[in-house]
Amino acid sequence: MSVELPRKRIIGYADELSVAPGETIAFKASCEGLENYEASIVRLISADLHPDGRGWIEEAVASPIDGGYPAREQAIPAGSWAIVPAKPCLCAETFSIAAWVWPTTPMKGDQVIARRMTADGTRGWSLGIDSDGALSMQIATSGGSVTVATGVTLGKRVWCFVGASVDGESGTVTVWQRPQKSWPGHDATAEARSALPGHVDAGGLPLTFAAAFDREQGDQTFGTGFYNGKIEAPRLYRMAMNGAEAQARQDAPDHQTSLIASWDFGRDITGTRISDTSANQAHGHVLNVPTRGMKGHNWTGEILDWKAAPHQYGAIHFHDDDIYDCGWLTEFSLTVPDGWKSGIYAAKLQSGEDQDYIPFVVLPPRGEATADVLFLMPSASYMAYANEHSASHGGGFMQSFSNGLSGLSAQDLLLNERPDLGYSLYDVHSDGSGVAYSSRLRPILNMRPGVTNAWVGPAGTFPWQFNADLPLLDFMHHHGIACDVATDEDLHDEGLGLLSRYQVVMTGSHPEYYSKPMLDGLQAYTERGGRLMYLGGNGFYWRVAYHPDLPGVMELRRGEDGIRDWVAEGGEYYHSLDGSYGGMWERQGRPIHALAGVGMAGQGFDSSTYYRRTSDSHDPRAAFIFEGIEDEIIGDFGAVGGGAAGIEVDRCDYTKGSPPNTLVLASSEGLSDTYYPGPEEIDNASPLIDGSQNPNLRADLTFMETSGGGAVFSTGSIAWMGSLTWNGFDNNVAAIMRNVLKRFRDPEPFPEP
Amino acid sequence: MTPIDPARKDLVEEFRHKTVGHHSGDLRRMLNAMRTHPDLPPYILVCTKPQREWHLATKVPGRHSEVELLDHPPFHDPRDAEWTVFRLRWAALFDEELPHER
Repeated sequence: MSVELPRKRIIGYADELSVAPGETIAFKASCEGLENYEASIVRLISADLHPDGRGWIEEAVASPIDGGYPAREQAIPAGSWAIVPAKPCLCAETFSIAAWVWPTTPMKGDQVIARRMTADGTRGWSLGIDSDGALSMQIATSGGSVTVATGVTLGKRVWCFVGASVDGESGTVTVWQRPQKSWPGHDATAEARSALPGHVDAGGLPLTFAAAFDREQGDQTFGTGFYNGKIEAPRLYRMAMNGAEAQARQDAPDHQTSLIASWDFGRDITGTRISDTSANQAHGHVLNVPTRGMKGHNWTGEILDWKAAPHQYGAIHFHDDDIYDCGWLTEFSLTVPDGWKSGIYAAKLQSGEDQDYIPFVVLPPRGEATADVLFLMPSASYMAYANEHSASHGGGFMQSFSNGLSGLSAQDLLLNERPDLGYSLYDVHSDGSGVAYSSRLRPILNMRPGVTNAWVGPAGTFPWQFNADLPLLDFMHHHGIACDVATDEDLHDEGLGLLSRYQVVMTGSHPEYYSKPMLDGLQAYTERGGRLMYLGGNGFYWRVAYHPDLPGVMELRRGEDGIRDWVAEGGEYYHSLDGSYGGMWERQGRPIHALAGVGMAGQGFDSSTYYRRTSDSHDPRAAFIFEGIEDEIIGDFGAVGGGAAGIEVDRCDYTKGSPPNTLVLASSEGLSDTYYPGPEEIDNASPLIDGSQNPNLRADLTFMETSGGGAVFSTGSIAWMGSLTWNGFDNNVAAIMRNVLKRFRDPEPFPEP
Repeated sequence: MTPIDPARKDLVEEFRHKTVGHHSGDLRRMLNAMRTHPDLPPYILVCTKPQREWHLATKVPGRHSEVELLDHPPFHDPRDAEWTVFRLRWAALFDEELPHER
């Protein structure tokens, strides 16, 4: 066979997602099998590769970074773990190490629980799980090495008190595992003992949890032997014990004279520090955002918020595929010159046929607006979907879900091969637990111009997220309407102050993920005369969290309700980064409908449809929207499934919070039967559930006035933007957009109806 | 799960004429049974030119399993790929060749 699998050989990321003139952004890249590449900056206008679409439009922007660069390959230090720097107080000839563990892949192979050992294994000790899934202690002494194992497989997702004791006086080593729960015929309790061949000396070595130290390379620290699962309350004692004695001491106060260190993972949950509560203060830190705020072995089920009972949330869940910051060397940096127009740009890296685009946003000068319209790029949603693996992992299930074959791109193939690139908030870790953090400090292969998600539409042909939003920039550019661009992170940081500089704020096609500062800012904007154009579907749905000291990472707990590709464990619904309750905004007294007039009704991924105008569209209040438009059918065309209404759709629902002055201008008809409502819509399932039978499953086009002379126009459909450019912008979707923009840009207040 | 009925040629014809988009309930049930059938190859497409060209491949569902290209001419329309895979599945299930043309 002459055809080979396509391969993406250049990948990169930037340290910032948005920069204002005068600010600097650093670009990182890794090239496989290439000697050099050319770099330049382009402004992205269109990446519409649809056979009937606008094609690729980019503007070259000269900058000092233009030129050739030597290519290099850079590794990713994936996997979460913790390090406690070496301290003399951690050393003892006789000692015990103990912890509670909740292993999720006990049969994965050798995994480290706690370790003070050289990388080559010639000095020190290492407590872990061996290839039999049993607890083992490896000791390398002056007189040789010994490994002692219980030989009994630990229970998967069963709390177990584990540890090892080294008695330098008697020359013995003991390991134990004492599960919290056993069943008839399934008791993993075990203890084993062996002679020590010599003295243990771990002096000068860091203590690590959940992985072994491998190497340092520049700013990167690589681990190996990663453990999957929870570790809670590790303690180091200056005495020898058996398992029963150690367990009795485990719950004793921290001021025991035998105690060397006692790490309480229930402290510092929002950050990266791990605290030693003993007098020795042997603090450490975690790497690559393991999941914190996790239930410990002592969780009672009576308290659900880690802030209210941190001692019951003393566990950290480590994963061998967590990644926060790749830590790559910088290829080149760009200080954005004054005068660059706000917009979506990209660093373009090209080597022969191989290329990558690393998108970034150029903001207007800080504190200023250079247009009266703002495109609020839904970067939180891009991050939620970053490096999503659904088609690659889903098989026939995904083909039924999207009613078609998935089409894997070169990006998908690389993600399939490289777990170190990390996952999206739709994926699960290698141990099956949900991915709760997504970082942009890594290559995000599906946030690229021209790249679609493999399962959205037949063979992955429907534009999605970043690519579904670019037509809006094309539309604005084509019509010569100046438009600033800012990201969700900018809104999170600046809140209402950012939005208040604009007459009109436009969303992307799928602004699904919102932090509280973001939602508060947008809500306040609409209540103070702002004009919001919500140009998507399934918006403002999930609550997410950021942390000021961990730039570029976002957290989501998929709790309680909503469309969830994984479900957070009961009692683990509170974000670790800010302590807020995760889940749907609708469940937290912030219905989407109240903000936008519409809220999530359902989703399907095989085709889109049109809207039919209602009598409300002839209301004088809506006359400006339909000026010059006689059509009763709106949007029966488009790049996203052949219609403007589809993929994920929202409806007006006065019982769920749509304001009483919401006009439903048009409603979709004819969604296919692969459309289903979200779980929050199904209190008791009935046959009237799918697209052709469910009267509540539709996209509504709405308009409403808000206080202060503002207004909100909502499309209730992800597919809307895919119709904008159709027929060279000569279509009724584009005409409605022009009409709405014209009136929304007019500062004349909207009168109360 | 509703068994796949080889006598339902009306559903085969429905799919042949409209491989993507809205399908009848009976056809959806047939498609879902075929797509998730444990004994059939796990077909998938590999895109070699965005929006323009796809190759037939297999990939066992799950994390990081290998993608294997099959010896088949490329597709230039996803609808052709859908019909081809339907024919391959049908032939494997019922030892019956369906028309090549859509």
